[in-house]
Amino acid sequence: MAAHGDKARALCGGTDLIIQMRAGVRRPEYVVDLKNIAALRQISFSMQHGLRLGAAVPAIEIHENADMRRYYPGLTEAAHLIGSLQIQSRASVGGNLCNGSPAADTIPALIAVAAKARVIGPQGERLVPVEEFCTAPGRTVLQPDEILIEFQIPTPAPHSSDAYQRFIPRNEMDIAVVGVGAAITLDPADDRCVAARIALGAVGPTPIFAREAAAALVGKRLDEASIDNAARAATAASSPIDDMRGTAEFRRHVVGVLTRRVVKLAAERARVAQSR
Amino acid sequence: MSKKVVVETTINGEATEFLCEPRQSLLEVLRDELELTGSKEGCLTGDCGACTVIINGRPTCSCLVLGVEAQGKKIDTIEGLARPEGLHVLQRKFLEHAALQCGICTPGFLMSAKALLDRNPSPTEAEIRYALAGNLCRCTGYDKIVRAVIDAANTLSGARAA
Ligand SMILES: Cc1cc2nc3c(=O)[nH]c(=O)nc-3n(C[C@@H](O)[C@@H](O)[C@H](O)COP(=O)(O)OP(=O)(O)OC[C@H]3O[C@@H](n4cnc5c(N)ncnc54)[C@H](O)[C@@H]3O)c2cc1C
Ligand code: FES
Ligand code: FES
Repeated sequence: MAAHGDKARALCGGTDLIIQMRAGVRRPEYVVDLKNIAALRQISFSMQHGLRLGAAVPAIEIHENADMRRYYPGLTEAAHLIGSLQIQSRASVGGNLCNGSPAADTIPALIAVAAKARVIGPQGERLVPVEEFCTAPGRTVLQPDEILIEFQIPTPAPHSSDAYQRFIPRNEMDIAVVGVGAAITLDPADDRCVAARIALGAVGPTPIFAREAAAALVGKRLDEASIDNAARAATAASSPIDDMRGTAEFRRHVVGVLTRRVVKLAAERARVAQSR
Repeated sequence: MSKKVVVETTINGEATEFLCEPRQSLLEVLRDELELTGSKEGCLTGDCGACTVIINGRPTCSCLVLGVEAQGKKIDTIEGLARPEGLHVLQRKFLEHAALQCGICTPGFLMSAKALLDRNPSPTEAEIRYALAGNLCRCTGYDKIVRAVIDAANTLSGARAA
């Protein structure tokens, strides 16, 4: 990759890249298959060090991993929403992020759990918070000679959990019209929210980290009033467009609906997540 | 044009070596180089599942795999499903339930169903529908396919219990 610069392109599952090459959208002279590098294929979790999720791990292996389902249910469900089983056998979270689609399902879920992308290149290594990774549709902070190695994700705090939901016109196999991810930490003494992160997909040129929406929850009990405020703030943070999948107005409405749902779901999960 | 590459792989249990161009898909290699034309070409975008093969135990769209990626892998295609002694039970049940009409989708459905039953011998109907969601059929309306897979699973578990 270092030798060939922008003539080379990384390959993981190929579920975006091979289609783009066939359509002539991308025409790399060299394709470098990264998925046989061990560091890109591991899932390792410990309470002390949190999660390291290899960039090339296919979605299906994430869903099959007990630590992923238990500690990061929202991120796990986002990965499990990608395409069909045939696609999940190949599609990686790293590729989902590097492809840079604003509608990619795992990106809001990654932002919600405060994932950092570990990037390596000839200049050395850097850790990029996922909310800073995408710069425009199909564009990211990755330089042509850099690759994404893994995600580093903190151990969930006690009494916290995450959730991701999307709206699509069909039951399966479609691109999100809106996707919302949330992670919520509660104080078990009084059920107040002590920390929150909310992120939105498919409603702007890049996935959106909706800080104001999360701020509307922190310090509050998660009742209808505070959740409504968060939903309104999320709607205000979105900047959707009209397209064949839905009008901007409809999308703004769905942002509010999904924000309410994922906040409630993440909070329910946080309440039962104590014993760890 | 880039040089051709030698790829060593296992297809339907047999060690196989082929030459391919780096940009050829596994589907092209199977059909055009190896004359295994059972895997069908539909959309070439991962949507229809007609090209489904099983790679290291996982159902995969061969149109989205490069031929060179087959190096060292274990690949099962529709050609390996029937045994010399007869059709696979999934194939028999597809016939009994009339789960095919034009048949272009059938190899893909059979491979997805096989991958499911290999991992989960007694799936629920919901699990079957989920496992087959990546396969499109324009003729049958799906219900007969689902019935055929349920029947095949029951037959297989009956055979195990006996
Ligand atoms: C039928 C179908 C349905 C789909 N449904 C969904 C869906 O519901 N939701 C959704 O979000 N997505 C969906 N997708 C897209 C999804 O499969 C991809 O975004 C996938 O996650 C990309 O991962 P990959 O490993 O296949 O990446 P690849 O295609 O191998 O790569 C994608 C891009 O990222 C770059 N790249 C990959 N890995 C790295 C790395 N480690 N370092 C640097 N660059 C890298 C590549 O160069 C390429 O540009 C669907 C795709 C198909 C074909
Ligand atoms: S031809 Fe591969 S999925 Fe349609
Ligand atoms: S039998 Fe014709 S597409 Fe399925």
